[in-house]
Parts: sequence; C-alpha cells; structure tokens
Amino acid sequence: MFEGRAIPFRPGQSLAGALMAAGVVHFRRTPVSGSERGPWCLMGICYECLLRVDGSDNQRACMTAARPGMKTERQDGARLDAAGEQA
Amino acid sequence: MTPDSDLIVIGGGLIGSALAWGAQRKGARVTLLDEGDVAYRASRGNFGLVWLQGKGLGHPDYMHWSIKAGQLWPEFSATLYEETGIDTGWRGGGGLHFCLSEKEMEARRHLIARSREEGAAIRIELLDREALSEIAPGIGPEVCGASISDLDGEVSPLLTLRALQNGFRKHGGRIVVDFTAEQVRRNRDAGFIVKSADGTEFSGRHLAIAAGLGANRLAAQLGLELGLRPERGQIVVTDRIAPFLRHPTNMIRQTREGTVLLGSSHEDAGFSTGTDMETVSGLCRAGTRLFPALRAARLVRAWGALRIMSADGLPIYDEAPDAPGAFVVTCHSGVTLASLHGLELGPALAEGHLGPAPRSMRSKRFALQTA
Repeated sequence: MFEGRAIPFRPGQSLAGALMAAGVVHFRRTPVSGSERGPWCLMGICYECLLRVDGSDNQRACMTAARPGMKTERQDGARLDAAGEQA
Repeated sequence: MTPDSDLIVIGGGLIGSALAWGAQRKGARVTLLDEGDVAYRASRGNFGLVWLQGKGLGHPDYMHWSIKAGQLWPEFSATLYEETGIDTGWRGGGGLHFCLSEKEMEARRHLIARSREEGAAIRIELLDREALSEIAPGIGPEVCGASISDLDGEVSPLLTLRALQNGFRKHGGRIVVDFTAEQVRRNRDAGFIVKSADGTEFSGRHLAIAAGLGANRLAAQLGLELGLRPERGQIVVTDRIAPFLRHPTNMIRQTREGTVLLGSSHEDAGFSTGTDMETVSGLCRAGTRLFPALRAARLVRAWGALRIMSADGLPIYDEAPDAPGAFVVTCHSGVTLASLHGLELGPALAEGHLGPAPRSMRSKRFALQTA
C-alpha cells in the first residue's frame, strides 16, 4: 500500500521499482526547501527515495524489498522517529 | 638567493592552514605545502568540538591558552565568513558532558571545583536530570545529569579547513599540493629550504612544521625530538534526522545537516585508520543510552582517524634551538585551537617568533622528564 492505494509487485522487486512501475515518482519532500523528490541512483547512495515504511522514517525504497501488507507513505521533511518525535 | 616567501608552512591541515591564513592576511608572503591525500589527515576525520570544560587542569598555561582560543572562536568564525562567505557552522551556547551515574556526577562536581580553584575563565555548572531535560529532551532513563559550560561549541571541521584555505588563497597565499616534504635545511641566504623526493625546493625566511605525525622526522632534521605517536579514534555517523540536539556534547553531536556523530574511542592501533565492530557497536550503544530514539537511526558510515599525541598529551610550540626561525606546532586539538593559531600565532611566526605561545609548551619538557 502507498498512501492508502494498493500497489502490485513481483516477488523480489524493490519498493522503488514497484512504485515507479505504478506511476509514482514523488516519494518525499526535502526538509530544507520542501521540494519533491523521487528515486535517482537506485543503488542506496543518494537517499532521494526515502519513504516512511510501516511507521519507520528514512527507509530507502530502492534498497527495500516489497512485501505483502507493507504500508508506505510519502515522507514530508526530516526523519522524526529517531529524533524522538511522532510523525 | 633570496627566499621566495616570508614563511613556509609544511602541512595543510587545520594547524598549518590556520597559521598560513593568519600570517598571509597580516601581510606576509606565505607558501603552504600540503602532502595530499596520502597523508593521515587528522583534520578531516575530526569530531568538530571546540571543547574547553576541564581542559588543561593541572597545566595552567595550557588551560589559559585553550580558553583564550575558545573566547576567540566567535571572532574567528565571523572573520572567515566575512572573508570567504563560508560559514564554518560554529555554534556556541554551551557544551554538555553527560553523566550516567551518581559517581560521574560527583566527578564533574570535583572537576568544576578544581576548574574554579585554578582560576579558569570559564563558567561550568552541573545540571540535574530535570534541568537537563529542559534543554535536551529525549534523554534516556540512565542519564543523571550533565555539566554545561558557556565556552564550549561545535563547528564543521571540513568547512573550517575550506574557509581557511580559501581565505589564504584570497589574500594571495600559495598552496602547493601533493608535495611531500622530505628534507628541511637551513641556508645562510635563503633562510630555510624544503625539498621533496623529486628534488623540488621551496625557500622561506621562516619555517613552520605543522605536519602532524610527519613532524617527527622533519623536526629531527633541525635537532628537535618530538616523540609524537598516533592514537586512533573512531566515529560513527547516522543518516539525517530532524534536529533534536542543540548543544554539542562530549559523546554525541548533531550537525547542522541533521546527521548525528557518535564518538569517540581511544586506541593504540599503530598507523591503522580502520574501524572495528566492537568499537563501532560500543559507540552505538553509548549513543542510544543517551538518546533511546536513536535506535531507529541508520548507521551510514564509520571511520577511524589518528590523533597526534605528544608524550604528555599537550601541544608543542617550539623553535629549533640551532636553527632560529624554524618552528614546530603540533597538538591534537586542532579545531579548538584554530582560532588562536590563525589570529595570533600565524602572524607571529611570520615575524620570526612564537608570539603568545607559552614557553612551558616547548619540547624541552620531555627531555627534562627523561633525564
């Protein structure tokens, strides 16, 4: 699920791959300017594809395998969970 | 033959760059020789604290010297920004030393009393858990309190280094990169000559050796035995997190960009700059005891870097007795002392003296100890 919408995926596919195949390109908003970002390097380095996955912030969609029942959301701004704040 | 510069500085780290910047902006012609990325580069592996509380107890000269550096940081940082447009990220407002037991609280009380007795111009207070929670919410249940001082601060060591080198260039200074100084010698007409393995030479009326662990063999050529040795420290860095920590602390620091640095260890690992899992996991454990929410954070990188330690751990400011005009500057607090090195020591070295550097910090002190 992404923002409440069911997303199909193949076994072993990354979250980033499944979401892009479903037409999603806006994954997060940056903490500084609030601009929209989506996957870029697709190999874990650029940190542009960050999502909130099952309540955890800053999860790299390109490095996370899609699984049934996952709840994913856009991340708006900086990681909050590790700062001791609720999203 | 006249020397090509008033001052040659060997070493493009925080010490050498601060000295060179300071001398050049006061009108000297300075050449800065940097070894390049084959060097150990302590300045680039640094935690970034401007740390004064408790520093130099029992060594009044070193204590007053460090505190003066702390007092100069706001001016230093503002000057670099004015000259280069680079914000070093200096942030004052008080550093926290966390205590995880009543015993540690007692040790801090003792330190505060001693600091006062020795006349340190720094205010240090002990915060109990409740007072600490107000300025550092999110501390874990084991945290008993912290000492806080008005002078401690934090800075980006990389941006500070960049600002110093940019500023130095803007003032007309010359940086020579990938130059490994192999030989230093005195020449009657040209002052000092520094030579690399391939025979390239630079000359200067005065010479400052700020070559970190490489200073041992260079200073020995001028009759100074420094006995510097490496001490490794490891640092762990997390992904970017919303700001939660607005004070620098002895173990954890959140950068302006949001990453969290956890540090730091002290090991004898020879010249290895590697990391080991035991130390890295220990740093992570310590960080999550202080701020349990950090358990959710991702460890992005860890690295090791080598501190430059003298036999007593204090800086060395010295002039070669048989080669006046040749100086050595070395310490393991290149960030804290950068302000003083830049604003006061650099200009003095270009004029051929050690300026305000305490005489008790010469290398002779080691010879006396072993005699």
